[in-house]
Amino acid sequence: MANISLRVNGRSVTLDTDPSTPLLYILSDDLALRGPKFGCGLGQCGSCTVIVKGQAVRSCVTPVSSVAGGEITTLEGLGSEEKPHPIQKAFIDEQAMQCGFCVNGVIMTAKAYLDRNPKASEADIRQALSNVLCRCHSHSRMISAIRKYSGGRS
Amino acid sequence: MSLSRRDFLKTSGALIVTFSLSPESTLAQRLDGASSSQVDGWLAINADGTVTAYVGKCELGQGLYTAQTQLVAEELCVPFNRVKLIQCDTALTPDQGTTSGAQSHPTNFNQGALALAGATAREALVEMASKQLGMPANQLSVKDGVVSSKSDASKKVAYTELIGGKKFNLPLNTLARRKNAAEWTVLGTSVPRVEIPAMATGAFEYVHNVRVPGMLYGQVVRPPAYGSTLMSVDESSIKGLAGVVKVVVKKNFVGVVAEKPWQAMQAATKLRLSWTAPAGLPKQSEFHDYLRNRKPTRDTLAVNSKDVDERFGQTARMVKATYHYPYQMHASFGTSCAVADVQSGKATIYSASQAVYPLRSTVAMLLGMPQENVQVIFKMASGCYGVNGADTVSYDAALLSQAVGRPVRVQLTRKDEMAWENYGLAYVIDQRAAVDRDGTIIAWDHEAWSPTLGGRPGANNPGNVITGMLAGFSPAPFTARSPAPDPANFANNSNAAPSYITGTVNGRSGGTGKILSQRVLTHDVQSPFFTGPLRSPARLQNTFAHESFLDEIAAQVKADPVEYRLRHLADPRLIDVVRAAAQTANWETRPSPRAPARRTGVVSGRGMSCVLYEGDNGYCAMVAEVDVSQDSGRIVVKRLVIANDSGPISNPDGLKNQLEGGALHGLSRTLNEEVTWNDQQVTSIDWRTYRPLPVGAEIPKIETVLINRPDARAMGAGETAVTVVAAAIANAVFDATGARLRQVPFTPERVKAELGKRS
Repeated sequence: MANISLRVNGRSVTLDTDPSTPLLYILSDDLALRGPKFGCGLGQCGSCTVIVKGQAVRSCVTPVSSVAGGEITTLEGLGSEEKPHPIQKAFIDEQAMQCGFCVNGVIMTAKAYLDRNPKASEADIRQALSNVLCRCHSHSRMISAIRKYSGGRS
Repeated sequence: MSLSRRDFLKTSGALIVTFSLSPESTLAQRLDGASSSQVDGWLAINADGTVTAYVGKCELGQGLYTAQTQLVAEELCVPFNRVKLIQCDTALTPDQGTTSGAQSHPTNFNQGALALAGATAREALVEMASKQLGMPANQLSVKDGVVSSKSDASKKVAYTELIGGKKFNLPLNTLARRKNAAEWTVLGTSVPRVEIPAMATGAFEYVHNVRVPGMLYGQVVRPPAYGSTLMSVDESSIKGLAGVVKVVVKKNFVGVVAEKPWQAMQAATKLRLSWTAPAGLPKQSEFHDYLRNRKPTRDTLAVNSKDVDERFGQTARMVKATYHYPYQMHASFGTSCAVADVQSGKATIYSASQAVYPLRSTVAMLLGMPQENVQVIFKMASGCYGVNGADTVSYDAALLSQAVGRPVRVQLTRKDEMAWENYGLAYVIDQRAAVDRDGTIIAWDHEAWSPTLGGRPGANNPGNVITGMLAGFSPAPFTARSPAPDPANFANNSNAAPSYITGTVNGRSGGTGKILSQRVLTHDVQSPFFTGPLRSPARLQNTFAHESFLDEIAAQVKADPVEYRLRHLADPRLIDVVRAAAQTANWETRPSPRAPARRTGVVSGRGMSCVLYEGDNGYCAMVAEVDVSQDSGRIVVKRLVIANDSGPISNPDGLKNQLEGGALHGLSRTLNEEVTWNDQQVTSIDWRTYRPLPVGAEIPKIETVLINRPDARAMGAGETAVTVVAAAIANAVFDATGARLRQVPFTPERVKAELGKRS
């Protein structure tokens, strides 16, 4: 066990924890955040994605010790039901989900990518989402929502 | 921590509602999935003017919460945002069996159940207002929960004044008048889904987010393979690991409980167990022959005109083909999760099960307590598409919580979810048709083999899923039956019968087609793996074979596939969806294939497929347009046009979302998905070994044609589009290349092999 300090959605927290614990467990179990989710525990599906230093990171395979001190943003750090972030609003407007479990991975991956590549083409966006899954297959609405968000910014 | 309905209603300020049913009728309800016969079992008008509706059909991502809220608002004439639903809680809601099989729309939106409760309540309220205002009911109208005189708006009375906070004490009136679709203001409109803002912002509470005071975390340890039984447990292997509370063993069920989830995960990984050698599995490469030859069988005839062989003897031409479908999995995106609190002889289970009442019964069996002591509360998880791991993980959590006497949360690993779930059915299907000199089909013969083991646990069979079996319950026994008895009536709920036969049994025709000579025979055989309903179970596999075969016959007689369908169809609504899809797709009338000029490079084609889902539960037709690379064997679907008729449309955008998702789910299953195994174990255990279409994949343009039938019976729409995809694509590939794909999934290797067989 060790004391590890994190900054999550602008708040500082210090936890006494096993440093090998995946970040996801800290976020969802110790901090009770609902954005990042356990989908596979293998870094294959995207549901646990958070943004660290501008990069989309799969928190289920990221030891908490490796992000100590870094600024971590989760889905709830982007916006709220009352005041959604523009990319969240685009997903709401397009009704771009069914069960909604995967939407964390889709939004966080797309946002991190578009922040770094504001002029990305649709093919680029698809490439960025080539390892993100949605089992309800709401793909077309999700791509529309991302395109709408991306277009609205430029 | 278990909240009684009474407590709940007290704390929520809602009307106290009880079921005025005798113990006998309560028991009967549980067994047959019937629902409450009292208005108070469904609805409460609260003192503050809000409405609470209690529903036994739940939100699974299909938009049902919103649609049911629209229904209640419409029938009661109250604003949408004043209605809140309580879904699937064995202490609070009516027993409506299982939320499955595209049955929620037919069950709750026709003249029965929730819709009838709304209509009965509205009529009763108008009647009360009539007495209070001293005016005849036919001179009153209702808006926003206020009954007023049609001629003098100042004469009015609100629902809250009539009944707010009190009980109706009224049975459902089967003759209560539903509002006409022409009068709808909320139902029939695209109200946005209630949950989506919370889902998009990380505020939504899934079952995975349920946290209970004092809760521990469990992980299960499954056997290495089917047939392995537990010999010994070496608890010293995890001695000294932080946080471990207990190792729990019950027959072949093993689990570990720890203070923290990561501690439970590590302990489960490190725990040393010894198991007997596995039973061994049939060779996958020969599995379809294995099915065809497996004994014993359980045989079922959907229809048998008893003149099929005679017709084949006389016929001008016979066409034959065999189709193969693999095991596929639900592969839910989030692994299954449940929280159980079993203490002092009582159990509370937070579960994403589609079947809270049946689950209550089987959890009680598993825990050895009366079912009255078990409460199951539905909480949404990721999409299930059928019997995924939701029931089994509820058992896992219940067993572990019982063993430690504290609440326990279990979420399965990806491998435990995939290696042990109840797979969608594999199939072998032989089709044979007799065609007369005019090219018209005069006889259709269908014979299929499909493996089965376990399934939904229902009220009595916890052994139908892995945890129940490990804990000592057997799966429901396989009952052999051969030969099949003659059918008593025509039922096509598995779509075993093609759309083109009359479905005539005992002089009554229940089919949608014109072919008189017909035999439809299915052999269930025992499966080496657990099986269970996966979105469009059997219906999808049968429809792939029927709709591919119809095109094969059309090609033999050089007929256009759409015209050839219409020639053999009798049902006007099925004809309408076929025409609507063809028209929207600008279907080019000509026989398939399109005779490709070259045998290399990319060629294009179009294919049609249609179904009346379950024989009575949603009409759908699809046109697929594809590009096929004849060099790589890769299929790219460019466009899907879907025409759908599920009766009155409750929420057009919700329906569209279901059709779009169903179409792409079908596309993924058609092109990518197959459960694989070696001689001992399932080898599809993660997203690298079982690969659905990723979000970034190149996907077709999807166009939907929604046919609204306001006066017809409400039907399902969750499983129509997924059912027709495989054949539409196979037919389009044939149109493009002249090669016929008869085995799903259509991998590039299989496509290349079929391309190589062209003469």
